[in-house]
Amino acid sequence: MKRKKWNFTPLQIAAHLGSLIPLAFILWDIATGNFGVDPIRDFTLRTGKTALVLLLLSLACTPVNTLFKFKQVLKLRRPLGLYSFFYASIHFAIFIGVDYYFDFTLIQSALLEKRYAIVGLTTGLILLALAVTSTIGWQRRLKKNWKKLHKLTYLAGILAVVHYIWLVKQGVLDPWYFAAILLLLLTLRIPAIRKAITTKRART
Amino acid sequence: MEKPGEHTKTVFGPRFTSSISKEEFVTLILEKAHTQKQKSQSKACWLKVIPKVRNTKSTQSKTGHKGKIMKIKSVPVKSSEITPKETYLSRRDFLKQMGIVTAGAALLAACGAPADDMPASPVDPNLPTAEAAPAPPDELTDHEAVINYNNYYEFTTDKERVATLAEDFISSPWTVEVSGMVNNPKTYGVEDLLANFTQEERIYRMRCVEAWSMVIPWNGFTLASLLKEVEPTSDAKYVRFETLADPDQMPGLKNGLYPWPYQEGLRLDEAYNDLTLLATGLYGEALPGQNGAPIRLVVPWKYGFKSIKSIVKIELTDEQPATMWETIAPNEYGFYANVNPGVDHPRWSQASERRIGELKRRPTLMFNGYAEEVAHLYEGMDLTKSY
Repeated sequence: MKRKKWNFTPLQIAAHLGSLIPLAFILWDIATGNFGVDPIRDFTLRTGKTALVLLLLSLACTPVNTLFKFKQVLKLRRPLGLYSFFYASIHFAIFIGVDYYFDFTLIQSALLEKRYAIVGLTTGLILLALAVTSTIGWQRRLKKNWKKLHKLTYLAGILAVVHYIWLVKQGVLDPWYFAAILLLLLTLRIPAIRKAITTKRART
Repeated sequence: MEKPGEHTKTVFGPRFTSSISKEEFVTLILEKAHTQKQKSQSKACWLKVIPKVRNTKSTQSKTGHKGKIMKIKSVPVKSSEITPKETYLSRRDFLKQMGIVTAGAALLAACGAPADDMPASPVDPNLPTAEAAPAPPDELTDHEAVINYNNYYEFTTDKERVATLAEDFISSPWTVEVSGMVNNPKTYGVEDLLANFTQEERIYRMRCVEAWSMVIPWNGFTLASLLKEVEPTSDAKYVRFETLADPDQMPGLKNGLYPWPYQEGLRLDEAYNDLTLLATGLYGEALPGQNGAPIRLVVPWKYGFKSIKSIVKIELTDEQPATMWETIAPNEYGFYANVNPGVDHPRWSQASERRIGELKRRPTLMFNGYAEEVAHLYEGMDLTKSY
């Protein structure tokens, strides 16, 4: 794949703009002082949720192509994944710097002893590895292994949802909606199902 | 250690009675300050309301706070530390207007002074080490925050939407049925409860199990005073409480994952403790729907979910009541649910908390800072097991 000159499809532009809108809202709310009763929790949740949504959208590209033969979306996987990493980084930075105020004794006990935090941190590290190796240079360097490495996106998606589920109290349903969507997306990737869809589409 | 109820009259009684006029109130304050000064040895007063924990110098263990011995003392709350918001004309504002803040401060100092000489609480290996630094001062949480940030799952699990959904909550007429192992079972109208029991104001910390906290001025009366009237029989060992479950008014009841109605319970001695309040108002006004109108429990040394809202039933029993959160997840929420920085929730740390309105986290205090009043209730108990 050779790098072409700047040539964005409208879909790509929409993806970039769409990914930046949550950030714009956050900055706007900070600038205008429009936060809830617990702003730290508010912004932590918002950045975390945005990261999760973008990660799921990135994971949705391939199934969308399988279902609708819409190749353009495949180009969105990288930017959506990178934006997801971007929001996850802010999410983590708020946690360390604002919520825990760099109090490393507390951070250590909160981050390394609690399963939701361990899972969240793992997700972040996976996203970091994927972001670093997302360039064409790394793609060339890693050759076949690149694809293998980037299959970790599935794992990141699963861990991100688990992170959310373990954070909330029992009976709080929000993370389960994400879990349902993720499950659907992963189901569509099962080779047998994928094949069935492609053959059915070829016939009609 | 004082017995529960002992200081009700002397400390909370007149000064916290809302029915007296402001002039009377000031006179009482001044008298009190005078006598307290003279006595120079007194029972704690304001520090009973917002006591704080100060521990001996200790190095913090790496893993947290377990296994260390803490010396618990109360320290007086300085007058500057209780700073009500402008929206709320409090005693203190009133005192300021009257120019007698100094007298008030003297009173507080007089009350607090002997505390330093008090013996440390019984040494209990369950008690964790608090942070080395003294706890930062407590300020009242903004009224708007108190009434717009609520955990009330009968309405919704979204804290910031409860207020809207509870806007039209009908809390009148309302009855509370007191039954079970009592000599005088009775169904009270809320108006009876307001009229028959001395209404006081109590400023308490509220610590949620989700690791955030507030400081709220409640209005209400002690559960003990109600219990005295209904007379629990000698068999009664626990008090069980039940929240209204009205699907017409409470959309959250559709969530079938919870065993409605919400239930809570206290051991009888906890129920009799003078801190245990049946609140009917906050910030001097009737309880809003989202805060548990028209009557709720407030148990300040326990996690917030123990402070059951919109009570319709109070039952005396000899069996430990099944509480809602314990029923759902017994490994995460115990019957006692005492605030304890050394016993983490299995999924998150309880060592620190965020006070709503503040940026920096605070260390969580043992029994939410009320150790002096309640630690004796749990002597000999393994608080890591009875969490």
